[in-house]
Amino acid sequence: MALTKAAIAEQLFEELGLNKREAKELVEMFFEEIRRALEEGQQVKLSGFGNFDLRDKKQRPGRNPKTGEEIPITARRVVTFRPGQKLKQRVEAYAGTQQQ
Amino acid sequence: MTKSELIEILASKQSQLAQKDVELAVKTVLEHMAQTLASGDRIEIRGFGSFSLHYRPPRMGRNPKTGEAVALDSKFVPHFKPGKELRDRVNEGMERGLEIRDSGA
Repeated sequence: MALTKAAIAEQLFEELGLNKREAKELVEMFFEEIRRALEEGQQVKLSGFGNFDLRDKKQRPGRNPKTGEEIPITARRVVTFRPGQKLKQRVEAYAGTQQQ
Repeated sequence: MTKSELIEILASKQSQLAQKDVELAVKTVLEHMAQTLASGDRIEIRGFGSFSLHYRPPRMGRNPKTGEAVALDSKFVPHFKPGKELRDRVNEGMERGLEIRDSGA
């Protein structure tokens, strides 16, 4: 099952003894502050986990896949996540235990 | 913004927890997230985005020093897909003329 804010807060309650309201607020603020930094054009570096980088994309030609009509894809700023070395190694190790 | 800056901001924006507790909480959250991905599960945060694993098939690589061919095993890599609110807000930042800045560290 996917990890959600509720499950993260629950773990802060169980492991660190934060009360449920504090835990819920902290998790909410954690993601909100990362969003806010990115919104303000500030890249975010969380050592051991990864970096949230920003990239400006120029307008480029696009197409409506249903109708085939040409519509330009407007210039935009996008977020990319670059996992840190440590996270990459931990995730890579998962492949070894995977039944495929 | 670095992890320590994030911790400072969170500590300054709430009054119940000391900075040390916030620091421990942030590290616990990140560890929980990393552990989830390391065990092959997804992370889904509404309005922020989702993290999942992408499969990379085995391939032949090369040792960059010796040029020797090496067989590389298949693996999984973390992948992040930003949620709608994050996408929209980041884009509005650009429309407001805010420049992209690198964080201090």
